[in-house]
Amino acid sequence: MLKLENVSFTVDVDGSDLGIIDNITLEIPDNAFTVITGPNGGGKSTLARLIMGIEKPTSGKIYYNDIDITDMSVTERAKLGIGYAFQQPPRFKGLTVRRLLSLAAGSELPVDECCGYLTSVGLCSKDYLNREMDNSLSGGEAKRIEIATLMARKLGVAIFDEPEAGIDLWSFSMLVESFKAMSSGSHNSVIVISHQERIMQLADVMIVIADGKIRSIGSKDEIFPQLMGEFNENCGFRGKEGK
Amino acid sequence: MDKIDSGLLESVADLHEIPAGAYNIRKNGEGFSRRSTANIEIVAKTDKPGIDIIVAPGTKNESVHIPVIITESGIDDLVYNDFYIGDDADVLIVAGCGIHNSGDEKSQHDGIHSFHIGKNARIKYVEKHYGEGDGKGERILNPVTVVEQDENSVCEMEMVQIKGVDSTVRDTKAHLAAGAKLIVTERLLTHGKQYARSDMDVYLDGEDASAQIISRSVAKDNSKQIFHPNAIGNARCRAHVQCDSIIMDDATVSSIPAITANSADAQIVHEAAIGRINNDQLIKLMTFGMNEEEAEEVIISGFLK
Ligand SMILES: Nc1ncnc2c1ncn2[C@@H]1O[C@H](COP(=O)(O)OP(=O)(O)O)[C@@H](O)[C@H]1O
Ligand SMILES: [Mg+2]
Repeated sequence: MLKLENVSFTVDVDGSDLGIIDNITLEIPDNAFTVITGPNGGGKSTLARLIMGIEKPTSGKIYYNDIDITDMSVTERAKLGIGYAFQQPPRFKGLTVRRLLSLAAGSELPVDECCGYLTSVGLCSKDYLNREMDNSLSGGEAKRIEIATLMARKLGVAIFDEPEAGIDLWSFSMLVESFKAMSSGSHNSVIVISHQERIMQLADVMIVIADGKIRSIGSKDEIFPQLMGEFNENCGFRGKEGK
Repeated sequence: MDKIDSGLLESVADLHEIPAGAYNIRKNGEGFSRRSTANIEIVAKTDKPGIDIIVAPGTKNESVHIPVIITESGIDDLVYNDFYIGDDADVLIVAGCGIHNSGDEKSQHDGIHSFHIGKNARIKYVEKHYGEGDGKGERILNPVTVVEQDENSVCEMEMVQIKGVDSTVRDTKAHLAAGAKLIVTERLLTHGKQYARSDMDVYLDGEDASAQIISRSVAKDNSKQIFHPNAIGNARCRAHVQCDSIIMDDATVSSIPAITANSADAQIVHEAAIGRINNDQLIKLMTFGMNEEEAEEVIISGFLK
């Protein structure tokens, strides 16, 4: 189980403190599919980066399976079984997709295993295995390879940051299926930051983050209608009925 | 051959034993062993140190290995190797120089290579530089390469220097006739106080000649690198020059790609970039459980592959 206790994160902007995450306390249970949503700039990615150890909280504690990981490095947290698929995956000149998947898995992966991971994110594996993870890949392709690297790992907590970004509809369906399989499979806890209704539909737990705070948390049946109501109020758009 | 010899040979030419096909092994400034084949003749020069390598027209799928090793301190070796590649031939040439210097005097090898590549012929040339040994003596390599490509020939050159050479000044010149194609890939890693300079002039003289020059380098510690490739288009032609460097620590890298067009139909492009290892790349690999040094190593070796 992942536990955040009064976690805050502020940055120094021109000599004054800017609060990004404001006193978040949160428990994310094992064997659950958690979807985090909320407006852009609300602090979702920062929260993920704090859990992965890429950023360190200004105050507060983070526990994983009752171990205090607040001061642990990214490497140590990775070894404990925490993984994070970046919102914007970095590119690597000279690293093939196959090598990247193998590095993620921690050992040289056989071709058919690599192909399995690529297929599950909607990429035709033969075309991609020996491609380099460099700027020749489109944003959507890089994004899906990034997702596949998490699938190649055995994780306790897997965090995916807006996996739908830049992905076509066909691949997206494939991805939703893969997340469905994942929620009952290899990872103990899957956290997906997403704005997509079809991903929210998979959620056991939904969390709405806005202005660095938890605005609401609950089951999808509790949260979803609230969200739809909000959209109606804010922009006058008609939400979907009956959800 | 002793253990040092075979270690050096493996590093510069991937040789585990005497190679199949034609070869010439040069050791400490003298010919050490040599074999010609029916299609590839290797003969010692009579007027100066070095060899002529004559590949018969139409020779296919054969290889020539011409490694040089230096195991004594204080050697200053200058050698001329001339390649005559017959029309329509297709061969692999593996050169390279390994220096083991455990003494305090400098050891130096200057290889002057010239290639005459016949019509429609194709060569792949691989050259590795490697130095080792714990003496104070410097390990110095100054290769000069001159390439003359006849019509529709293809020359692919891969030059690699990853470890242990203190100082290297590389000078490369190529002339391309109509339809000829040149692909040069340079890969370089310098560390400590090493110095490496590469000057390259590629003349695209014939219609539809094309050249691609790619250099990738990593400069660590206090090392210094200078790249100066120049593509000169004298006819309707295409050329692409690309210098890409990772800089670390207190190193210095200077990339000066130049392009010259003497014909309105020449299409020549250059790109150059120098930068640190991107922090996101390091963090990404650390989220796979690597520490920072391991992540750096993966990024560098991928980049230089
Ligand atoms: N290191 C930082 N320095 C300054 N501003 C930051 C920093 N990290 C995040 N922010 C700001 O914090 C806010 C939340 O960012 P982020 O967590 O990426 O939001 P979300 O993922 O919910 O869209 C944004 O306004 C962003 O610009
Ligand atoms: Mg974000």
